Amino acid sequence: MAERVAPGTWVDIHRIVLRAGERAPKVPEDTKAVPLEMRTAGFLVAAAVLGDEVEVITRAGRRISGTLVAVNPAYTHGFGAPIPELAAVGEEVRAILRARCRRA
Amino acid sequence: MIGQNYAAIMAERTAIMRMSVGIDYSQYTTGLLAFDYERLLADTGYDVATAQAIQTRTAVGNTPLVELHNLTALVRAVARPGRGARIFVKDEAANPSGSFKDRRAALSIHEAVQRGYSGVAAATSGNYGAAVASQAAKAGLRCIVVQEAFDSRGAAQPEIEEKRRACDAYGAEVIRLSVGPELFYVFLCVLKNTGYFNASLYTPYSVVGIETLGFEIAVQTREQTGRFPDVVIATHAGGGNVTGTARGLQKAGATHTSVVAASVDLSGLHMASDRDFNRKSFTTGHTGFSMPFTVWPDRADVPRSAARPLRYIDRFVTVTQGEVFYITQLLAELEGLERGAAGNTSLAAAFAIAQELEADRLVVVQETEYTGAGKHPIAQLNLAKQMGIEVRRGDPRDNNPGVRIVIPEHPRQIAVVDVDLDHVRREYVRHAIESVPAEAKLSDVDIEFLAAETRTDSAVMRRLIDELR
Repeated sequence: MAERVAPGTWVDIHRIVLRAGERAPKVPEDTKAVPLEMRTAGFLVAAAVLGDEVEVITRAGRRISGTLVAVNPAYTHGFGAPIPELAAVGEEVRAILRARCRRA
Repeated sequence: MIGQNYAAIMAERTAIMRMSVGIDYSQYTTGLLAFDYERLLADTGYDVATAQAIQTRTAVGNTPLVELHNLTALVRAVARPGRGARIFVKDEAANPSGSFKDRRAALSIHEAVQRGYSGVAAATSGNYGAAVASQAAKAGLRCIVVQEAFDSRGAAQPEIEEKRRACDAYGAEVIRLSVGPELFYVFLCVLKNTGYFNASLYTPYSVVGIETLGFEIAVQTREQTGRFPDVVIATHAGGGNVTGTARGLQKAGATHTSVVAASVDLSGLHMASDRDFNRKSFTTGHTGFSMPFTVWPDRADVPRSAARPLRYIDRFVTVTQGEVFYITQLLAELEGLERGAAGNTSLAAAFAIAQELEADRLVVVQETEYTGAGKHPIAQLNLAKQMGIEVRRGDPRDNNPGVRIVIPEHPRQIAVVDVDLDHVRREYVRHAIESVPAEAKLSDVDIEFLAAETRTDSAVMRRLIDELR
Protein backbone atom coordinates (compact mmCIF):
# COMPACT_ATOMS: atom_id res chain seq x y z
CA MET A 1 0.00 0.00 0.00
CA ALA A 2 1.26 3.47 -0.89
CA GLU A 3 2.72 5.51 1.92
CA ARG A 4 0.50 8.20 3.40
CA VAL A 5 1.75 11.76 3.19
CA ALA A 6 1.05 13.80 6.31
CA PRO A 7 -0.82 17.11 6.25
CA GLY A 8 1.53 20.08 6.20
CA THR A 9 4.10 18.27 4.04
CA TRP A 10 5.64 20.34 1.22
CA VAL A 11 4.50 18.69 -2.00
CA ASP A 12 4.16 19.21 -5.75
CA ILE A 13 0.78 19.02 -7.46
CA HIS A 14 0.08 18.72 -11.15
CA ARG A 15 -2.89 19.46 -13.34
CA ILE A 16 -3.85 19.81 -16.95
CA VAL A 17 -4.81 23.40 -17.72
CA LEU A 18 -5.77 22.90 -21.38
CA ARG A 19 -6.09 19.54 -23.10
CA ALA A 20 -4.34 18.94 -26.42
CA GLY A 21 -7.52 19.83 -28.34
CA GLU A 22 -8.06 23.04 -26.38
CA ARG A 23 -4.80 24.84 -27.19
CA ALA A 24 -4.81 28.41 -28.55
CA PRO A 25 -5.22 28.64 -32.32
CA LYS A 26 -1.81 30.18 -33.10
CA VAL A 27 0.23 27.58 -31.19
CA PRO A 28 2.70 25.53 -33.31
CA GLU A 29 1.64 21.98 -34.19
CA ASP A 30 4.08 20.22 -31.83
CA THR A 31 2.80 22.27 -28.90
CA LYS A 32 -0.82 21.86 -29.97
CA ALA A 33 -0.37 18.08 -29.81
CA VAL A 34 0.34 18.14 -26.07
CA PRO A 35 -1.63 19.53 -23.12
CA LEU A 36 -0.76 22.70 -21.22
CA GLU A 37 0.37 21.37 -17.86
CA MET A 38 0.81 23.10 -14.54
CA ARG A 39 2.92 22.17 -11.54
CA THR A 40 3.00 24.07 -8.31
CA ALA A 41 4.14 23.43 -4.77
CA GLY A 42 2.43 23.91 -1.46
CA PHE A 43 1.70 22.48 1.97
CA LEU A 44 -0.65 19.51 1.83
CA VAL A 45 -4.03 20.22 3.47
CA ALA A 46 -5.12 16.65 4.31
CA ALA A 47 -3.34 13.29 4.45
CA ALA A 48 -3.11 11.61 1.04
CA VAL A 49 -1.11 9.23 -1.09
CA LEU A 50 0.69 9.90 -4.36
CA GLY A 51 -1.78 10.13 -7.23
CA ASP A 52 -4.64 11.44 -5.07
CA GLU A 53 -6.55 14.61 -5.90
CA VAL A 54 -5.47 16.95 -3.11
CA GLU A 55 -5.50 20.53 -1.95
CA VAL A 56 -2.41 22.48 -1.00
CA ILE A 57 -1.84 25.87 0.56
CA THR A 58 0.70 27.76 -1.53
CA ARG A 59 3.35 30.19 -0.31
CA ALA A 60 0.95 32.98 -1.25
CA GLY A 61 -1.65 31.48 1.08
CA ARG A 62 -3.95 30.22 -1.67
CA ARG A 63 -5.70 26.85 -1.71
CA ILE A 64 -5.10 25.07 -5.02
CA SER A 65 -6.05 21.54 -6.02
CA GLY A 66 -4.38 19.01 -8.28
CA THR A 67 -2.87 15.54 -8.40
CA LEU A 68 -0.25 14.82 -5.76
CA VAL A 69 2.89 13.98 -7.75
CA ALA A 70 5.92 14.52 -5.49
CA VAL A 71 6.75 14.79 -1.81
CA ASN A 72 9.31 17.39 -0.77
CA PRO A 73 10.59 17.48 -4.36
CA ALA A 74 14.30 18.09 -4.90
CA TYR A 75 15.83 20.88 -6.93
CA THR A 76 17.49 18.92 -9.70
CA HIS A 77 19.28 21.69 -11.56
CA GLY A 78 23.02 22.00 -11.10
CA PHE A 79 26.12 22.37 -13.23
CA GLY A 80 27.11 18.93 -14.50
CA ALA A 81 30.52 18.04 -15.86
CA PRO A 82 32.99 20.75 -16.83
CA ILE A 83 32.83 21.65 -20.52
CA PRO A 84 36.03 20.62 -22.39
CA GLU A 85 35.29 23.12 -25.16
CA LEU A 86 35.67 25.96 -22.63
CA ALA A 87 38.56 24.53 -20.62
CA ALA A 88 41.43 25.90 -22.70
CA VAL A 89 39.97 29.33 -23.44
CA GLY A 90 41.59 31.19 -20.53
CA GLU A 91 45.11 29.97 -21.25
CA GLU A 92 44.75 30.76 -24.95
CA VAL A 93 43.89 34.41 -24.36
CA ARG A 94 46.51 34.84 -21.64
CA ALA A 95 49.08 33.70 -24.23
CA ILE A 96 47.77 36.37 -26.64
CA LEU A 97 48.13 39.03 -23.92
CA ARG A 98 51.66 37.85 -23.05
CA ALA A 99 52.68 38.03 -26.72
CA ARG A 100 51.25 41.56 -26.93
CA CYS A 101 53.23 42.63 -23.83
CA ARG A 102 56.44 41.27 -25.39
CA ARG A 103 55.78 43.24 -28.58
CA ALA A 104 55.11 46.45 -26.68
CA MET B 1 -8.52 28.72 -10.68
CA ILE B 2 -8.19 26.65 -13.82
CA GLY B 3 -11.30 25.34 -15.52
CA GLN B 4 -12.67 28.80 -16.08
CA ASN B 5 -13.32 28.97 -19.74
CA TYR B 6 -10.33 30.09 -21.81
CA ALA B 7 -12.29 32.26 -24.22
CA ALA B 8 -14.28 33.89 -21.40
CA ILE B 9 -11.17 34.87 -19.48
CA MET B 10 -9.42 36.16 -22.58
CA ALA B 11 -12.49 38.28 -23.34
CA GLU B 12 -12.14 39.85 -19.91
CA ARG B 13 -8.50 40.73 -20.38
CA THR B 14 -8.96 44.49 -20.68
CA ALA B 15 -10.97 44.70 -17.47
CA ILE B 16 -8.58 42.39 -15.60
CA MET B 17 -5.59 44.41 -16.77
CA ARG B 18 -7.16 47.67 -15.75
CA MET B 19 -7.92 46.32 -12.28
CA SER B 20 -4.46 44.82 -11.85
CA VAL B 21 -2.31 47.63 -13.22
CA GLY B 22 -4.44 50.50 -11.98
CA ILE B 23 -3.94 52.51 -15.16
CA ASP B 24 -6.74 53.50 -17.49
CA TYR B 25 -4.74 53.43 -20.71
CA SER B 26 -7.65 54.85 -22.73
CA GLN B 27 -7.01 58.32 -21.26
CA TYR B 28 -3.71 58.42 -23.18
CA THR B 29 -5.24 57.66 -26.56
CA THR B 30 -4.77 60.56 -28.99
CA GLY B 31 -5.51 58.89 -32.33
CA LEU B 32 -6.37 55.63 -33.97
CA LEU B 33 -2.85 54.38 -33.29
CA ALA B 34 -1.36 57.28 -31.38
CA PHE B 35 -1.13 57.67 -27.63
CA ASP B 36 0.66 60.15 -25.40
CA TYR B 37 3.70 58.08 -24.47
CA GLU B 38 5.51 60.81 -22.56
CA ARG B 39 2.45 61.60 -20.45
CA LEU B 40 1.97 57.91 -19.65
CA LEU B 41 5.50 57.88 -18.20
CA ALA B 42 5.31 61.31 -16.60
CA ASP B 43 2.07 60.41 -14.81
CA THR B 44 3.92 57.82 -12.73
CA GLY B 45 5.22 60.84 -10.80
CA TYR B 46 8.68 59.27 -10.52
CA ASP B 47 11.58 61.36 -11.72
CA VAL B 48 15.09 59.91 -11.54
CA ALA B 49 15.76 61.29 -8.05
CA THR B 50 12.51 59.84 -6.67
CA ALA B 51 13.14 56.49 -8.32
CA GLN B 52 16.67 56.42 -6.87
CA ALA B 53 15.35 57.24 -3.39
CA ILE B 54 12.87 54.34 -3.57
CA GLN B 55 15.50 51.93 -4.89
CA THR B 56 18.10 52.97 -2.32
CA ARG B 57 15.72 51.98 0.49
CA THR B 58 16.12 48.33 -0.54
CA ALA B 59 19.80 48.58 -1.54
CA VAL B 60 18.94 48.54 -5.24
CA GLY B 61 21.17 50.47 -7.64
CA ASN B 62 24.42 52.36 -7.12
CA THR B 63 26.22 49.33 -8.49
CA PRO B 64 29.93 49.56 -9.39
CA LEU B 65 31.08 50.63 -12.84
CA VAL B 66 34.12 48.45 -13.47
CA GLU B 67 36.75 49.11 -16.13
CA LEU B 68 37.73 45.85 -17.84
CA HIS B 69 41.44 46.53 -18.40
CA ASN B 70 42.40 43.01 -19.44
CA LEU B 71 39.54 42.55 -21.88
CA THR B 72 40.37 45.97 -23.34
CA ALA B 73 44.00 44.84 -23.75
CA LEU B 74 42.76 41.72 -25.52
CA VAL B 75 40.58 43.83 -27.83
CA ARG B 76 43.64 45.91 -28.71
CA ALA B 77 45.68 42.75 -29.33
CA VAL B 78 43.28 41.75 -32.10
CA ALA B 79 42.17 45.19 -33.37
CA ARG B 80 43.87 47.31 -36.03
CA PRO B 81 46.58 49.67 -34.67
CA GLY B 82 45.08 52.63 -32.80
CA ARG B 83 41.73 50.86 -32.38
CA GLY B 84 40.26 49.24 -29.30
CA ALA B 85 37.97 51.33 -27.09
CA ARG B 86 38.07 51.11 -23.29
CA ILE B 87 35.39 48.72 -22.03
CA PHE B 88 33.52 49.23 -18.77
CA VAL B 89 30.78 47.10 -17.26
CA LYS B 90 27.99 48.09 -14.90
CA ASP B 91 28.04 45.27 -12.35
CA GLU B 92 24.31 44.91 -11.88
CA ALA B 93 24.78 41.47 -10.34
CA ALA B 94 25.49 43.48 -7.16
CA ASN B 95 21.76 44.20 -6.79
CA PRO B 96 19.92 42.30 -4.00
CA SER B 97 18.48 39.52 -6.20
CA GLY B 98 21.40 39.58 -8.63
CA SER B 99 20.27 41.55 -11.66
CA PHE B 100 19.16 44.97 -12.91
CA LYS B 101 15.61 43.64 -12.72
CA ASP B 102 15.56 44.76 -9.07
CA ARG B 103 15.32 48.33 -10.37
CA ARG B 104 12.11 47.54 -12.24
CA ALA B 105 10.67 45.47 -9.40
CA ALA B 106 11.44 48.14 -6.78
CA LEU B 107 9.24 50.71 -8.52
CA SER B 108 6.48 48.20 -9.29
CA ILE B 109 6.28 46.96 -5.71
CA HIS B 110 6.43 50.50 -4.36
CA GLU B 111 3.50 51.36 -6.60
CA ALA B 112 1.59 48.24 -5.50
CA VAL B 113 2.02 49.26 -1.85
CA GLN B 114 0.96 52.85 -2.57
CA ARG B 115 -2.16 51.63 -4.31
CA GLY B 116 -3.06 49.28 -1.49
CA TYR B 117 -2.73 45.92 -3.26
CA SER B 118 -2.24 42.95 -0.92
CA GLY B 119 0.02 41.10 -3.33
CA VAL B 120 1.78 41.15 -6.67
CA ALA B 121 1.94 38.74 -9.57
CA ALA B 122 4.35 38.58 -12.48
CA ALA B 123 4.47 36.46 -15.63
CA THR B 124 8.17 35.81 -16.09
CA SER B 125 10.57 32.90 -16.38
CA GLY B 126 13.60 35.11 -15.85
CA ASN B 127 15.51 37.18 -13.31
CA TYR B 128 12.52 39.47 -13.00
CA GLY B 129 10.62 36.82 -11.03
CA ALA B 130 13.33 36.69 -8.38
CA ALA B 131 13.45 40.49 -8.34
CA VAL B 132 9.69 40.82 -7.80
CA ALA B 133 9.75 38.09 -5.14
CA SER B 134 12.66 39.79 -3.36
CA GLN B 135 11.00 43.21 -3.35
CA ALA B 136 7.63 41.73 -2.33
CA ALA B 137 9.32 39.96 0.58
CA LYS B 138 10.79 43.25 1.80
CA ALA B 139 7.47 45.06 1.39
CA GLY B 140 5.47 42.31 3.10
CA LEU B 141 3.33 41.60 0.04
CA ARG B 142 2.24 38.17 -1.16
CA CYS B 143 3.82 37.21 -4.46
CA ILE B 144 2.95 34.82 -7.29
CA VAL B 145 5.28 34.18 -10.22
CA VAL B 146 4.00 32.37 -13.32
CA GLN B 147 6.73 30.65 -15.33
CA GLU B 148 6.98 28.76 -18.59
CA ALA B 149 9.22 26.14 -17.07
CA PHE B 150 9.25 22.68 -18.63
CA ASP B 151 8.52 20.80 -21.85
CA SER B 152 6.03 17.97 -22.44
CA ARG B 153 8.64 15.41 -21.32
CA GLY B 154 8.68 17.22 -17.97
CA ALA B 155 12.25 18.46 -18.55
CA ALA B 156 12.78 21.82 -16.86
CA GLN B 157 15.03 24.48 -18.40
CA PRO B 158 17.82 24.61 -15.74
CA GLU B 159 18.04 28.40 -15.82
CA ILE B 160 14.31 28.72 -15.19
CA GLU B 161 14.49 26.07 -12.48
CA GLU B 162 17.11 28.22 -10.77
CA LYS B 163 14.79 31.25 -10.90
CA ARG B 164 12.09 29.07 -9.39
CA ARG B 165 14.43 28.11 -6.56
CA ALA B 166 15.24 31.79 -5.99
CA CYS B 167 11.52 32.69 -5.91
CA ASP B 168 10.98 29.86 -3.39
CA ALA B 169 13.77 31.32 -1.29
CA TYR B 170 11.98 34.68 -1.18
CA GLY B 171 8.73 33.01 -0.14
CA ALA B 172 6.82 33.40 -3.40
CA GLU B 173 4.33 30.99 -4.94
CA VAL B 174 5.60 29.75 -8.27
CA ILE B 175 3.25 28.35 -10.89
CA ARG B 176 5.28 26.33 -13.40
CA LEU B 177 3.73 25.70 -16.79
CA SER B 178 4.66 23.67 -19.82
CA VAL B 179 5.39 25.47 -23.09
CA GLY B 180 2.88 27.77 -24.71
CA PRO B 181 1.60 31.33 -24.95
CA GLU B 182 -1.55 30.36 -23.02
CA LEU B 183 0.56 31.19 -19.98
CA PHE B 184 -1.11 34.54 -20.38
CA TYR B 185 -4.50 32.92 -19.77
CA VAL B 186 -3.26 31.34 -16.53
CA PHE B 187 -1.78 34.69 -15.53
CA LEU B 188 -5.12 36.43 -16.13
CA CYS B 189 -6.84 33.77 -13.97
CA VAL B 190 -4.35 34.47 -11.18
CA LEU B 191 -4.88 38.24 -11.41
CA LYS B 192 -8.65 37.88 -11.48
CA ASN B 193 -8.82 35.47 -8.57
CA THR B 194 -6.33 37.25 -6.29
CA GLY B 195 -6.88 40.91 -7.16
CA TYR B 196 -3.11 41.31 -7.02
CA PHE B 197 -1.08 44.01 -8.73
CA ASN B 198 0.31 43.02 -12.13
CA ALA B 199 4.04 43.75 -11.83
CA SER B 200 4.32 43.66 -15.61
CA LEU B 201 7.67 44.31 -17.27
CA TYR B 202 5.88 46.70 -19.59
CA THR B 203 4.22 49.19 -17.24
CA PRO B 204 5.60 52.72 -17.00
CA TYR B 205 6.88 51.93 -13.46
CA SER B 206 8.98 49.09 -14.78
CA VAL B 207 10.59 51.27 -17.43
CA VAL B 208 11.06 54.32 -15.18
CA GLY B 209 12.83 51.96 -12.76
CA ILE B 210 15.58 51.40 -15.34
CA GLU B 211 16.13 55.09 -16.02
CA THR B 212 18.29 55.16 -12.90
CA LEU B 213 20.62 52.64 -14.56
CA GLY B 214 21.24 54.82 -17.60
CA PHE B 215 21.56 57.85 -15.35
CA GLU B 216 24.16 56.16 -13.12
CA ILE B 217 26.15 54.96 -16.14
CA ALA B 218 26.40 58.54 -17.42
CA VAL B 219 27.37 59.99 -14.04
CA GLN B 220 29.86 57.25 -13.09
CA THR B 221 31.53 57.22 -16.50
CA ARG B 222 32.04 60.97 -16.28
CA GLU B 223 33.39 60.67 -12.74
CA GLN B 224 35.91 58.01 -13.79
CA THR B 225 36.95 59.37 -17.19
CA GLY B 226 35.89 63.00 -17.34
CA ARG B 227 33.24 62.45 -19.99
CA PHE B 228 30.13 60.55 -21.00
CA PRO B 229 30.36 57.16 -22.73
CA ASP B 230 30.52 57.06 -26.52
CA VAL B 231 28.57 53.82 -26.72
CA VAL B 232 26.32 52.02 -24.24
CA ILE B 233 25.41 48.45 -25.13
CA ALA B 234 22.34 46.83 -23.59
CA THR B 235 21.15 43.25 -23.83
CA HIS B 236 17.83 43.44 -25.64
CA ALA B 237 14.75 41.27 -25.15
CA GLY B 238 11.36 42.83 -24.40
CA GLY B 239 12.65 46.37 -24.94
CA GLY B 240 12.43 47.78 -21.40
CA ASN B 241 16.14 47.56 -20.79
CA VAL B 242 17.18 49.63 -23.81
CA THR B 243 14.26 52.03 -23.39
CA GLY B 244 14.88 52.81 -19.71
CA THR B 245 18.65 52.96 -20.10
CA ALA B 246 18.47 55.34 -23.06
CA ARG B 247 16.00 57.59 -21.25
CA GLY B 248 18.24 57.67 -18.18
CA LEU B 249 21.28 58.58 -20.27
CA GLN B 250 19.33 61.44 -21.85
CA LYS B 251 18.13 62.68 -18.46
CA ALA B 252 21.76 62.79 -17.26
CA GLY B 253 22.68 64.88 -20.29
CA ALA B 254 24.48 62.11 -22.21
CA THR B 255 22.55 62.97 -25.35
CA HIS B 256 25.37 62.06 -27.77
CA THR B 257 25.90 58.58 -26.39
CA SER B 258 25.04 55.93 -28.94
CA VAL B 259 22.71 53.20 -27.65
CA VAL B 260 23.27 49.71 -29.03
CA ALA B 261 20.84 46.85 -28.48
CA ALA B 262 22.39 43.36 -28.50
CA SER B 263 20.59 40.02 -28.66
CA VAL B 264 21.63 36.40 -28.91
CA ASP B 265 20.72 35.00 -32.31
CA LEU B 266 18.16 32.21 -31.86
CA SER B 267 16.73 32.47 -35.37
CA GLY B 268 15.07 29.26 -36.53
CA LEU B 269 13.88 28.27 -33.06
CA HIS B 270 10.18 28.86 -32.43
CA MET B 271 9.43 30.47 -29.07
CA ALA B 272 6.12 28.65 -28.62
CA SER B 273 7.46 25.26 -29.72
CA ASP B 274 7.49 22.45 -27.18
CA ARG B 275 10.25 20.73 -29.16
CA ASP B 276 12.48 23.82 -29.36
CA PHE B 277 12.02 24.85 -25.72
CA ASN B 278 15.07 23.04 -24.33
CA ARG B 279 17.12 23.53 -27.48
CA LYS B 280 17.70 27.17 -26.49
CA SER B 281 20.74 27.83 -24.32
CA PHE B 282 19.43 31.30 -23.48
CA THR B 283 16.07 32.01 -21.91
CA THR B 284 16.28 35.78 -22.35
CA GLY B 285 18.24 38.45 -24.21
CA HIS B 286 17.61 36.61 -27.45
CA THR B 287 16.05 37.39 -30.82
CA GLY B 288 12.98 35.28 -29.99
CA PHE B 289 11.88 38.18 -27.79
CA SER B 290 13.73 41.16 -29.21
CA MET B 291 12.57 40.81 -32.81
CA PRO B 292 8.82 40.53 -32.12
CA PHE B 293 8.89 43.15 -29.35
CA THR B 294 10.86 45.64 -31.46
CA VAL B 295 8.56 45.34 -34.46
CA TRP B 296 5.44 45.40 -32.28
CA PRO B 297 5.88 46.48 -28.62
CA ASP B 298 2.15 46.34 -27.88
CA ARG B 299 2.13 42.53 -27.94
CA ALA B 300 2.95 42.95 -24.22
CA ASP B 301 0.71 41.98 -21.27
CA VAL B 302 -0.54 45.57 -20.85
CA PRO B 303 -2.55 47.56 -23.43
CA ARG B 304 0.30 49.95 -24.21
CA SER B 305 3.87 48.93 -23.56
CA ALA B 306 6.09 51.55 -21.94
CA ALA B 307 9.06 49.76 -23.51
CA ARG B 308 9.41 51.16 -27.03
CA PRO B 309 12.89 50.27 -28.26
CA LEU B 310 12.73 51.75 -31.77
CA ARG B 311 12.43 55.20 -30.23
CA TYR B 312 15.84 54.80 -28.63
CA ILE B 313 18.19 52.36 -30.31
CA ASP B 314 20.87 53.66 -32.65
CA ARG B 315 22.06 50.21 -33.64
CA PHE B 316 20.77 46.65 -33.19
CA VAL B 317 23.19 43.73 -33.36
CA THR B 318 23.17 40.00 -32.75
CA VAL B 319 25.84 37.65 -31.45
CA THR B 320 25.88 33.85 -31.29
CA GLN B 321 25.38 31.59 -28.27
CA GLY B 322 28.96 30.28 -28.57
CA GLU B 323 30.40 33.80 -28.58
CA VAL B 324 28.50 34.69 -25.40
CA PHE B 325 29.67 31.53 -23.59
CA TYR B 326 33.23 32.31 -24.72
CA ILE B 327 33.14 35.92 -23.46
CA THR B 328 31.56 34.71 -20.20
CA GLN B 329 34.60 32.47 -19.69
CA LEU B 330 36.93 35.38 -20.55
CA LEU B 331 35.19 37.71 -18.08
CA ALA B 332 35.81 35.14 -15.33
CA GLU B 333 39.37 34.28 -16.28
CA LEU B 334 40.69 37.72 -17.25
CA GLU B 335 38.65 40.03 -15.02
CA GLY B 336 37.83 37.80 -12.06
CA LEU B 337 34.09 38.32 -12.56
CA GLU B 338 32.06 35.12 -12.80
CA ARG B 339 28.68 36.28 -14.09
CA GLY B 340 25.63 34.86 -15.85
CA ALA B 341 25.79 34.31 -19.58
CA ALA B 342 22.57 36.02 -20.69
CA GLY B 343 23.68 39.34 -19.19
CA ASN B 344 27.00 38.99 -21.04
CA THR B 345 25.30 39.16 -24.43
CA SER B 346 26.08 42.87 -24.51
CA LEU B 347 29.68 42.14 -23.44
CA ALA B 348 30.22 39.89 -26.46
CA ALA B 349 28.88 42.69 -28.65
CA ALA B 350 31.13 45.21 -26.86
CA PHE B 351 34.20 43.09 -27.58
CA ALA B 352 33.43 43.32 -31.31
CA ILE B 353 32.30 46.96 -31.36
CA ALA B 354 35.29 48.19 -29.30
CA GLN B 355 37.53 46.91 -32.13
CA GLU B 356 35.83 49.31 -34.56
CA LEU B 357 36.47 52.36 -32.36
CA GLU B 358 39.51 54.52 -31.64
CA ALA B 359 41.42 53.58 -28.49
CA ASP B 360 40.29 56.73 -26.64
CA ARG B 361 36.59 55.90 -27.01
CA LEU B 362 34.49 54.59 -24.12
CA VAL B 363 32.15 51.60 -24.37
CA VAL B 364 29.92 50.72 -21.43
CA VAL B 365 28.30 47.32 -21.08
CA GLN B 366 25.12 48.09 -19.24
CA GLU B 367 24.64 45.01 -17.04
CA THR B 368 25.87 41.81 -15.51
CA GLU B 369 23.66 39.21 -13.81
CA TYR B 370 24.37 36.64 -11.11
CA THR B 371 25.35 33.13 -12.00
CA GLY B 372 24.93 29.80 -10.25
CA ALA B 373 23.44 26.34 -10.61
CA GLY B 374 21.41 26.12 -13.82
CA LYS B 375 22.20 29.62 -15.05
CA HIS B 376 25.79 28.96 -16.00
CA PRO B 377 27.55 28.08 -19.28
CA ILE B 378 28.41 24.64 -17.89
CA ALA B 379 24.77 23.85 -17.07
CA GLN B 380 23.48 25.21 -20.37
CA LEU B 381 26.10 23.49 -22.53
CA ASN B 382 25.49 20.18 -20.73
CA LEU B 383 21.78 20.56 -21.46
CA ALA B 384 22.58 21.34 -25.11
CA LYS B 385 24.67 18.18 -25.38
CA GLN B 386 21.89 16.11 -23.80
CA MET B 387 19.51 17.53 -26.41
CA GLY B 388 21.79 16.32 -29.20
CA ILE B 389 23.13 19.77 -30.04
CA GLU B 390 26.70 19.72 -31.27
CA VAL B 391 29.10 21.78 -29.13
CA ARG B 392 32.53 22.39 -30.63
CA ARG B 393 35.33 24.90 -31.11
CA GLY B 394 35.48 26.66 -34.46
CA ASP B 395 34.27 29.68 -36.36
CA PRO B 396 31.19 31.16 -34.65
CA ARG B 397 29.73 31.88 -38.11
CA ASP B 398 29.04 28.13 -38.24
CA ASN B 399 26.69 28.49 -35.26
CA ASN B 400 23.21 27.12 -35.96
CA PRO B 401 20.64 27.63 -33.17
CA GLY B 402 19.24 24.31 -31.97
CA VAL B 403 21.76 22.33 -34.03
CA ARG B 404 25.28 23.55 -33.29
CA ILE B 405 26.97 25.84 -30.76
CA VAL B 406 30.42 26.93 -31.84
CA ILE B 407 32.84 28.26 -29.22
CA PRO B 408 35.33 30.61 -30.93
CA GLU B 409 38.94 29.44 -31.30
CA HIS B 410 40.33 32.96 -31.16
CA PRO B 411 38.99 36.27 -29.78
CA ARG B 412 39.30 37.91 -33.21
CA GLN B 413 36.41 35.69 -34.34
CA ILE B 414 33.94 37.51 -32.08
CA ALA B 415 31.80 39.67 -34.35
CA VAL B 416 28.41 41.31 -34.38
CA VAL B 417 25.83 40.98 -37.12
CA ASP B 418 23.91 44.21 -37.71
CA VAL B 419 20.14 43.99 -37.86
CA ASP B 420 18.82 46.24 -40.64
CA LEU B 421 16.98 48.90 -38.62
CA ASP B 422 15.20 50.26 -41.70
CA HIS B 423 13.72 46.82 -42.23
CA VAL B 424 12.70 46.62 -38.56
CA ARG B 425 11.04 50.07 -38.77
CA ARG B 426 9.17 48.98 -41.85
CA GLU B 427 7.97 45.84 -40.07
CA TYR B 428 6.86 47.97 -37.13
CA VAL B 429 4.77 50.20 -39.41
CA ARG B 430 3.34 47.14 -41.17
CA HIS B 431 2.17 45.78 -37.81
CA ALA B 432 0.75 49.17 -36.88
CA ILE B 433 -1.25 49.41 -40.11
CA GLU B 434 -2.50 45.85 -39.74
CA SER B 435 -3.74 46.62 -36.24
CA VAL B 436 -6.39 49.02 -37.57
CA PRO B 437 -9.19 48.39 -40.10
CA ALA B 438 -8.04 48.61 -43.74
CA GLU B 439 -10.44 51.46 -44.53
CA ALA B 440 -9.44 53.49 -41.45
CA LYS B 441 -7.95 56.89 -42.13
CA LEU B 442 -4.85 57.78 -40.16
CA SER B 443 -4.79 61.34 -38.83
CA ASP B 444 -1.81 63.71 -38.73
CA VAL B 445 -1.48 62.79 -35.05
CA ASP B 446 -1.13 59.12 -35.99
CA ILE B 447 1.46 59.88 -38.67
CA GLU B 448 3.48 61.98 -36.23
CA PHE B 449 3.21 59.24 -33.63
CA LEU B 450 4.51 56.59 -36.04
CA ALA B 451 7.33 58.93 -37.06
CA ALA B 452 8.31 59.40 -33.40
CA GLU B 453 8.08 55.65 -32.79
CA THR B 454 10.51 54.96 -35.61
CA ARG B 455 12.65 58.12 -35.41
CA THR B 456 11.73 59.18 -38.91
CA ASP B 457 9.63 62.18 -40.03
CA SER B 458 6.07 62.64 -41.25
CA ALA B 459 7.05 62.78 -44.95
CA VAL B 460 9.01 59.53 -44.73
CA MET B 461 6.15 57.94 -42.80
CA ARG B 462 3.48 58.97 -45.33
CA ARG B 463 5.53 57.49 -48.16
CA LEU B 464 6.11 54.27 -46.21
CA ILE B 465 2.43 53.89 -45.36
CA ASP B 466 1.42 54.42 -48.99
CA GLU B 467 3.93 51.79 -50.03
CA LEU B 468 2.73 49.27 -47.46
CA ARG B 469 -0.93 49.85 -48.20
